[in-house]
Amino acid sequence: MKKSYKIEVDCANCADKMEQAAQKTKGVKNAVVNFMTLKMTVEFEDGFDAHEVISEVRENCKRVESDCEIFI
Amino acid sequence: MNKKQKLTLARIIIAGVLLIVFNFVIDLPDRLAGALKPVLFLIPYFIVGYDILLKALKGIKNRQVFDENFLMAVATIGAFCLAIFYTGDYLEAIAVMLFYQIGELFQSVAVGRSRKNISALMDIRPDYAMIEKDGKLERVDPEEIEIGTIITVTSGEKIPIDGVIVEGHSSIDTKALTGESLPREIKTGDEVISGCINLSGVLKIKTTKEFYDSTASKILDLVENATSRKSKSENFITRFARVYTPAVCYSALALAVLPTIFTGDFAKWLYRALTFLVISCPCALVISIPLTFFAGIGGAGREGILIKGSNFLEALSKISCVILDKTGTLTKGVFEVAAVHPMSEDRQAELTDENNLLHLAAHVERYSNHPAAIALRKAYPNEADDCEIKNFQEFPGYGVQAVINGKEIHAGSSKFMDKIGAEWHKCYKTGTIIHIAINKIYAGHIVISDVIKNNSFEAVQELKSMKIKTVMLTGDSEETAHEAAEELKIENYFSGLLPSDKVSKAEEFLKDYKTAFVGDGINDAPVLSRADVGIAMGALGSDAAIEAADVVLMDDDPLKIPRAVKISRKCMKIVKQNIYFSIGVKLICLLLGASGLANMWLAVFADVGVMVLAVLNAIRALF
Repeated sequence: MKKSYKIEVDCANCADKMEQAAQKTKGVKNAVVNFMTLKMTVEFEDGFDAHEVISEVRENCKRVESDCEIFI
Repeated sequence: MNKKQKLTLARIIIAGVLLIVFNFVIDLPDRLAGALKPVLFLIPYFIVGYDILLKALKGIKNRQVFDENFLMAVATIGAFCLAIFYTGDYLEAIAVMLFYQIGELFQSVAVGRSRKNISALMDIRPDYAMIEKDGKLERVDPEEIEIGTIITVTSGEKIPIDGVIVEGHSSIDTKALTGESLPREIKTGDEVISGCINLSGVLKIKTTKEFYDSTASKILDLVENATSRKSKSENFITRFARVYTPAVCYSALALAVLPTIFTGDFAKWLYRALTFLVISCPCALVISIPLTFFAGIGGAGREGILIKGSNFLEALSKISCVILDKTGTLTKGVFEVAAVHPMSEDRQAELTDENNLLHLAAHVERYSNHPAAIALRKAYPNEADDCEIKNFQEFPGYGVQAVINGKEIHAGSSKFMDKIGAEWHKCYKTGTIIHIAINKIYAGHIVISDVIKNNSFEAVQELKSMKIKTVMLTGDSEETAHEAAEELKIENYFSGLLPSDKVSKAEEFLKDYKTAFVGDGINDAPVLSRADVGIAMGALGSDAAIEAADVVLMDDDPLKIPRAVKISRKCMKIVKQNIYFSIGVKLICLLLGASGLANMWLAVFADVGVMVLAVLNAIRALF
């Protein structure tokens, strides 16, 4: 399953950091952050609850980039 | 400016004012200065730079040490320490942080602005749909509309969902989708696509698709995801930044330590190392390259050229050969009257000019449904006048005959002319020829063929002037292909090709050239996907074409082909300018900084200045 989320982040480099953090999260098959359109597209692995995983992603992103936000 | 940006601006102003006050106004007695000054200056320093310091700390904690926050934190703390122990010049450390923040603020505002601009260009997302309920119009979320619902669109509103008009007629503005500024007339029974603006009447539309499947949603999705497919330049920058920042940090460390061992002048070399760090910030590159691509894709979108990814924009700029499909791409793909050739007067008893011949032909074909008849009637729009048409007869395979205003008219093939004994002439033009006889005497002929689009010739010439090889492929006969190629001045053409032959022909060119294939997307999906860049034309509403192609031209104007290449070339030029300019200036400043010729002031101006220029340059790609 694929879902797109609106995000808030200040710089391209930070967006890159968020992308890496999201990709490392358990239950995420792939994640792409588009800095220009401020969107994160997350592809979830089968058998995972999207809402739980994205909360986890949000926490991980906040850890690497305190200023960011994912609107769930 | 959003809240965060306003806060940053306030911090910058407060810190700036404090800095001026402390530095120029307050004159501390000497015995107090040593202890009080650092404390005083720490106030504006923390006001303007606390978030940078925090982020740098976080980076260290998360083992992602080397980023620009770290660079700035180390540089300013270093400068502060230098001020305390050696120079007493606190201004510099704080000014560096201040200017860095100004630069960041500018970048954030500029990116936000262009993001808004580009989204405004592609403002085709409908916010609501109106349905009639108990005689009243009600606004509902378009996502909730099911297929087959009748929606109402009043004038000035966007059509929210694709559908067919069941009531009303109007003209619609398709500019946001196609870049075409002339409004299009529509009437009951016509298909309409979402994203167009209804200009005059009230329309009732029966939806044929769900919201997420509608053209507007699809296009938005496509444009918004376009920048996710990263180009080589963007990947290069990401890789570059990952190597560059640590490299600079180690060089700075070496610069601070190694010369000190030999010369012992630690303060001097530390200062140079810190200057080095300030200059080295990679933000100009990291921000301007994706911004350029985004602006380029947005600008192209405004003209009805959808580019599906930065990588395709890059590929498009390198194209050296364009293969064009004939039918539907260079020609309109429908039959039209191409030429009217009346007989010269001396042979025909009655004077017949072009208009008259067309007039008669349209009349005699009034009751026929043959494609040729439709084309003839279209060419003579006022067919339904008060002329008298009697005794209509159709001879399948031959033609039609009727008595018009008392004259016996025959229209049809050469065989038909032979049959009635009229002496017909061959035509030098290719296409379907309709011969006409008046009272069994030959009066001339009308040529019906697939017509070349108005802008095809110009488009081909423009491609040629851009040093791009043009090739035409077609499934039509050699004669038809030859004539079209002649008219368009295309030297390379191949006729009689099956769809599979087109792939192998395209492959021949793919060996030697960066090749783009342009087709109407109907049966050339295999070639579209095989070419370096597949361009689908007139694809508005055709899902298959949007799916298969890398670049989608929303309307069917062939001039959009050279235009797309031009946009991509301009965009890539800006990308290159930004890469060379930013890296170049940085390298020069790094050398100046390392050799002591540049101080920290120059360093921060180099950093912020380059970034501002690169961002402004990037925005140029939008226009």
